[in-house]
Amino acid sequence: MAVDKFSIEASHIMMFARSIGDDNQIYYDNEYAENAEPGAIIAPPTFVQASAQFDATYGLRPRMDGIGWMGSGSNPTSAIRREEPKSDESSSGDGESSGQRRGGGGGGLHAEQRYVYHRHPRVGDVLTASSRPGESWERVGRRSGKLVFRESITEYRDQNGELVVTATSVGVSTERPVDQS
Amino acid sequence: MALKASELSVGDTYTETVVEDLKRTQIVMYAGASGDYNPVHTDEPFATKVAGYPTVFAHGMLTMGLTGRMLTNYVGDGRLTEFGVRFTSQVFPGDTLQSTATVESIEDGKVNLSVSTTNQDGVEVAKGTAQARVD
Repeated sequence: MAVDKFSIEASHIMMFARSIGDDNQIYYDNEYAENAEPGAIIAPPTFVQASAQFDATYGLRPRMDGIGWMGSGSNPTSAIRREEPKSDESSSGDGESSGQRRGGGGGGLHAEQRYVYHRHPRVGDVLTASSRPGESWERVGRRSGKLVFRESITEYRDQNGELVVTATSVGVSTERPVDQS
Repeated sequence: MALKASELSVGDTYTETVVEDLKRTQIVMYAGASGDYNPVHTDEPFATKVAGYPTVFAHGMLTMGLTGRMLTNYVGDGRLTEFGVRFTSQVFPGDTLQSTATVESIEDGKVNLSVSTTNQDGVEVAKGTAQARVD
């Protein structure tokens, strides 16, 4: 992932905070925030995930370059860029795709996410993000077969080039959907 | 309200119910706010007939966001220095989630916490650690 300009905006923080059911005024009320310890509206701890909104090549939304909406219309699948189902189970993971469109079967799950906060992003910051691969490893799980784990490390820097948040995401590819039994 | 090191003990816990009877509309709202429109989270025909799941399920990052709300309510605004979780089970509509932080150690102005979020059946859906600055 590469993001050239991730402007930290109050309305985006408001919408994000609502979506996680958080009514803390530090995310909504500028006057409150100015008098609180952070001194400004700050981002909730997982907010940098929403930098996907500003990633020109993000695969999980329609794009102006001809890639349409995903999901069911007249058929259950839009059948765009189907991938061959990979091998079998995932004993962990939330079932979240890591950014590619999946046609079915197994696919990419989000296994783990870690953040280090050098400071918390605040309204008015303009961040950039750049990612690099971390470690990768494999194991065999009972509920979805061969699992391939891959780390991706993303550094979020501010308008002065200072590191703000370091995010490590671990994605896992599974052979088949997670067995629910 | 920040935590004070002098008032913390190893083994202290803080718990919140972070969502009750999770609605599909909340998952839709999270998709919109985060930008992650993977249809497995919001599109029932896709999730069941194409992806092979019993129904749609929450983004792992929604579970982490809900868990983070418990943490920031506990440690105070802007106090977190580290936060990480593994997603250990999927979260489905109708789930009620409870998040708990447990004090593991206190040193040099920081508190180290273990973090766990479980569903109504006691199944852990996210497990991890956090660190925060304390007074």
